[in-house]
Amino acid sequence: MATLLASLRSPRGLLTVLVLVLLAVLPLLTQAFDQRYLLSIGTRIVIWAIAAVSLNMILGYGGLVSFGHAVFFGVGGYAVGILSANGLHSGWLQWPVGILAAATWAALVGTLSLRTRGVYFIMITLAFAQLVYYIGAGLEAYGADDGLNISRSRFPGVIDLRDKASFYWLCFVLLCGTLWFCQRFANSRFGFVLRGAKSNDLRMTALGFPVFRYRLAAFTISGAFGGLAGILLANEGAYISPAMMSWIKSGDLIIIVVLGGMGTLFGPLYGAIAFFALEEFLPPLLDLGGKDWGEYWQIVFGPMLILIALYARGGIDSLLGRTEGRRNG
Amino acid sequence: MAEPLLRTDRLIKRFGGLVATDTVSIDVHPGEIHALIGPNGAGKTTLVGQITGNTVPDSGTIHFAGRDVTRLPTHARVRLGLARSFQITSVLREFTALDNVALAVQAHAGHSFRFLADARHDERLRAPARRGLEAVGLKERADTPAAALSHGEQRQLEIAMALAGDPKLLLLDEPMAGMGAEESLHMIEFLRALRGRRAILLIEHDMDAVFQLADRITVLVYGRAIASGTPDEIRANAEVRQAYLGEEAAGTA
Repeated sequence: MATLLASLRSPRGLLTVLVLVLLAVLPLLTQAFDQRYLLSIGTRIVIWAIAAVSLNMILGYGGLVSFGHAVFFGVGGYAVGILSANGLHSGWLQWPVGILAAATWAALVGTLSLRTRGVYFIMITLAFAQLVYYIGAGLEAYGADDGLNISRSRFPGVIDLRDKASFYWLCFVLLCGTLWFCQRFANSRFGFVLRGAKSNDLRMTALGFPVFRYRLAAFTISGAFGGLAGILLANEGAYISPAMMSWIKSGDLIIIVVLGGMGTLFGPLYGAIAFFALEEFLPPLLDLGGKDWGEYWQIVFGPMLILIALYARGGIDSLLGRTEGRRNG
Repeated sequence: MAEPLLRTDRLIKRFGGLVATDTVSIDVHPGEIHALIGPNGAGKTTLVGQITGNTVPDSGTIHFAGRDVTRLPTHARVRLGLARSFQITSVLREFTALDNVALAVQAHAGHSFRFLADARHDERLRAPARRGLEAVGLKERADTPAAALSHGEQRQLEIAMALAGDPKLLLLDEPMAGMGAEESLHMIEFLRALRGRRAILLIEHDMDAVFQLADRITVLVYGRAIASGTPDEIRANAEVRQAYLGEEAAGTA
């Protein structure tokens, strides 16, 4: 609590609290101003932020560029969708199954991919994600390429996910939980090993750490949270499709993390907000010219990313001032 | 004589046609400083790699602390009490000096599958780490990022990290490399103080340091151990003088 109050004194801390408070009351705002559509953007931002935070656990803290993270959207989402299509609607069943399936898949992929480095690691994680993508696209019983409309998970007497505001708040609480875990995780003994291995894995091995095991555990945990995001995504649109795990989505997740600030706690959240805000508001802004340029919003977005990559290595987080060494590392 | 702490038995390692380690048998006894010297390309690094587990020998065995560790991965050998410093300084640059040593302590404090407690406030790691820094004279630099330490300080930090797990054997790969004269002297004093308490396998180019510190010296030339003995024996050995010391003298003349 004391650290929380202390953090209010820095611009970064102030902004973080502001963002969290705004997100917490978003349904009230969108209702007051009758902007329901904004709530659905907000919901997507929060769900993607959970996925981005989970990717950041291995990409940011572990230094491992996984180019297949959207696969966990798919695994989590399809777990809900397949169970639901077979008449098993209880969220108490669907959600643990989805998270467990994502963690299991992550453990499997990690076992094979973490033996490689650099470009090979990127390619293998991508290949496994594509594999699942094509399995999804081949599931005739579950809509194949077109995807499948599903009914939302049911938590009778607890929460009704069809209510947009309730669902949003659930996502927000889960985001807070994910951030809390990530903060503890990054500064724990485990997090130190993971970050040490990112810095110098030869050294960590020479110190006596079986680095592979720690990376595999991190990959699995990251996959589990990714699966949670997938479960939420499926419930958000009451719809699953292979598109939710396309490599483009994996790329978007990396962009969000890099944009926000790799290896920082709130960077992925800032990244998700910026990403969706730009996707949503750049097109109408460009359309103001009266020439339908909005369609080509990525022509503006692309160079922005290049500028961030060149001049703001730490992403949005680094623009908020220097990190005092102790914060997230 | 007592059982040696470390013993390599007829180690052979080939890289293509080159025999980098040619039937090398050396041993290190508890508490002794055993120096490994030899001209560049003599195969010191390859031999060190096999002892630490980074390189797999083609044949021969390595025994450490009473166990055959020939096929054991690096981290498992470290657990048995084998610690090393690197020829090229290898610290975790983004972490503070204290964090570096605390991580070394952590490596020996059971598994690290602990996800929630803040490691920076864990006195079981921080207190021994602070003592370790103090021992090598880096107490004042505890909160400095390793990247901001001078070269000599980074070498000292490496030693503190290697000592953190209370290892049985210290494998020091050119600890004086790149150090100024005064820093070297300081390091020699520090290592001398360890003699008798800890076994050290010292790979070093600085002949003054080697002859001052070592209880025994093994000379490696073209992958072969051509001589092994006390500093006086090595100094008097004709083959060594010709193959190594003479060459060195000729090189510096």
